[in-house]
Amino acid sequence: MGKRIGIEVSLAIAEAARLANVDVVSAYPITPQTHIVEHLAALVADGELDAECIPVESEHSAMSACLGAAASGARTFTATAGQGLELMHEVLYVASAMRLPIVMAVANRALSAPINIWGDQSDVMAVRDTGWIQIFVENGQQAVDNVLCGFRIAEDHRVLLPVMVHLDGFYLTHVIEPVDMPEQEEVDRFIPPNRYPVPLDPARPVTMGGFGPPYIYTETKKAQEVNLTAAKAVVLECWQEFGHRFGRHYSPVEHYGSQEAKVLLLTVGSFSETAMEAIDRMRGKGRDVGQLRLRLWRPFPFAELRQAVRNAEIVIILDRAISFGGPGGPVASEIKSALYNEKHRPRVVSIVGGLGGRDITVSGFEDIINRGIEIAQKGSDQEFEMFGVRE
Amino acid sequence: MTKGSRARVMENSIAFGKRLVTKEEYFTAGHRACVGCGEALAVRLACKALGSNVIITMATGCMEVVSSQFPYSAWTVPWVHTLFENAAAVASGIEAGLKARRRKGRGAEAEVHVVAMAGDGGTSDIGLQALSGALERGHDFLYLCFDNEAYMNTGIQRSSATPFGASTTTSPAGRKSIGQVTWKKNMPAIAAAHGIPYVATACPSYPFDLMDKVAKGAAVHGPAYIHIFSVCPTGWRCAPELAVNIGRLAVQTGIFPLYEIEDGKYRLTVNVARRKPIKEYLQLQGRFRHLSDEIIGKIQERVDSEYAALVDKVSRARGNRQA
Repeated sequence: MGKRIGIEVSLAIAEAARLANVDVVSAYPITPQTHIVEHLAALVADGELDAECIPVESEHSAMSACLGAAASGARTFTATAGQGLELMHEVLYVASAMRLPIVMAVANRALSAPINIWGDQSDVMAVRDTGWIQIFVENGQQAVDNVLCGFRIAEDHRVLLPVMVHLDGFYLTHVIEPVDMPEQEEVDRFIPPNRYPVPLDPARPVTMGGFGPPYIYTETKKAQEVNLTAAKAVVLECWQEFGHRFGRHYSPVEHYGSQEAKVLLLTVGSFSETAMEAIDRMRGKGRDVGQLRLRLWRPFPFAELRQAVRNAEIVIILDRAISFGGPGGPVASEIKSALYNEKHRPRVVSIVGGLGGRDITVSGFEDIINRGIEIAQKGSDQEFEMFGVRE
Repeated sequence: MTKGSRARVMENSIAFGKRLVTKEEYFTAGHRACVGCGEALAVRLACKALGSNVIITMATGCMEVVSSQFPYSAWTVPWVHTLFENAAAVASGIEAGLKARRRKGRGAEAEVHVVAMAGDGGTSDIGLQALSGALERGHDFLYLCFDNEAYMNTGIQRSSATPFGASTTTSPAGRKSIGQVTWKKNMPAIAAAHGIPYVATACPSYPFDLMDKVAKGAAVHGPAYIHIFSVCPTGWRCAPELAVNIGRLAVQTGIFPLYEIEDGKYRLTVNVARRKPIKEYLQLQGRFRHLSDEIIGKIQERVDSEYAALVDKVSRARGNRQA
């Protein structure tokens, strides 16, 4: 087995990309992603990683160069955050539609204006429908593990889709944590070589990215949908194999506290670990509360989610993004629609908080749960409530 | 045959010209380009000069639309289109990917020419940043800009490459307007300002000059940029059968001179002893039909001064060479 070290999570992610022996890193610096690409540049400069680093002039070009690199058959990695992810926006759709296996770490960050470099999940939610496989992580270990899994999933010939690994900016990127770094041989056995089936190669010419008029566009989108949905089985298989080899286990929806609790708090990302403290505290006082953490965001784990809430009467969802003038938090509205046609369905309460680096403490999570229960029981004249707004 | 000599042979012996060019087609017949399209001709000739050991990435635009409509393809070489403004960035990624795989023994053994192609909008407007980045980073690739002087694919809207006085759908001539009121952006100068090893202008009306330059640009190590004047009968409102003539007139009037810049040194590749009046070029095109003699005079002055500035750069380079 590998060794446990204390390491900043950004550096650990770069080390994971090194262990995956990536060929091309194309990235543009943006807080709070910078330490990831700085460390990769240092690894290349010191000869510890044999890769081409492309220090592009924008995130649009970062992802565009990733398209070219992946299409040429190279193992390709990048990282970005917030505004950078938005500048990539149109390119993200092309990466998935053209079946290019790119792995990207996203240091989740708020969106301007006002400019704010701190963590929230507004950036993720804006790229929800880009056709990428999207995985949330809560700590450094999960980040490393899922970057490694990301390459194996993305390059699997049954998948051939890009993968985003989402981690909270600063809350995760800039903390030093104990992380088990696997050995090179273990990683080499876990991630097979990248053999992209149709690389750009003069010996076997292909036309990629042709023009799709109305008579074929719908079929291409159907194929993409079938492909992404089917990728879930490969994600599960990969996590199972990872657990078998490395002893750390991942699921699309994970429980904490009790699976039978009547009140569930659903969280996404690093706030989940703070929320766990609140769950412990409340359960210690005899409250029947539990926690759900959503790990797989796309393809959305409908069956697992429905199973996970089957005993619940109230599900309180904390979103760290807002849909202005809409149904509240993007995660909450997804959960609502996933449960709407169920015979037995819990009350779903949407709380928006933790925006732009605003912290939520353990007692804050207790307040959210208590307020959520109150809204579920008494109703509310709002679609959602914002937590912690200073009046 | 040495570089550059094919063009001289062409001048002397048109009859034997076709023997000097491969019969192999890489951008094949059956694509949907308009009748008389100068750009399709330019792409076809450029591809002949590049040969089969090439990977092409193309920006959104006329050539992408006419050549790749599913399930057909006009391309017999590897070709990839992704978006409008990113051809140079995609080329960067292809070049880096091949380089890394070759170095690491992960396939891609042979050296391949990586070529980005885009129109004037995809180059001098929306793609300028990505192009500048790729030129500055020094990737080993060739960038070909096929300049038909407006957004023809979307319906003849003005770009920064549209010439002064041209009427387009977004710079229409009217009672209070002469059409485009800005002078054409000098893209070759912008490319050259990056200090790259090779920059050139070309026009398919001078096919051997064009093919020599494309071959040269592909062969140099590092970035190369070629700006190719591509007559668009549809957008320029001219007769399709005049496309090649109009390209010649652009060179012979001096509004689009053919030159190359090797390691910063300018050289005219087609010398025009006596430049024709610009009116001869303008009068064949509907996009200039509204221009008064006064405006034509103004354009003539501009062409004269720009040509003089170019000749000055050429003679300075020649002087340096002699010294």
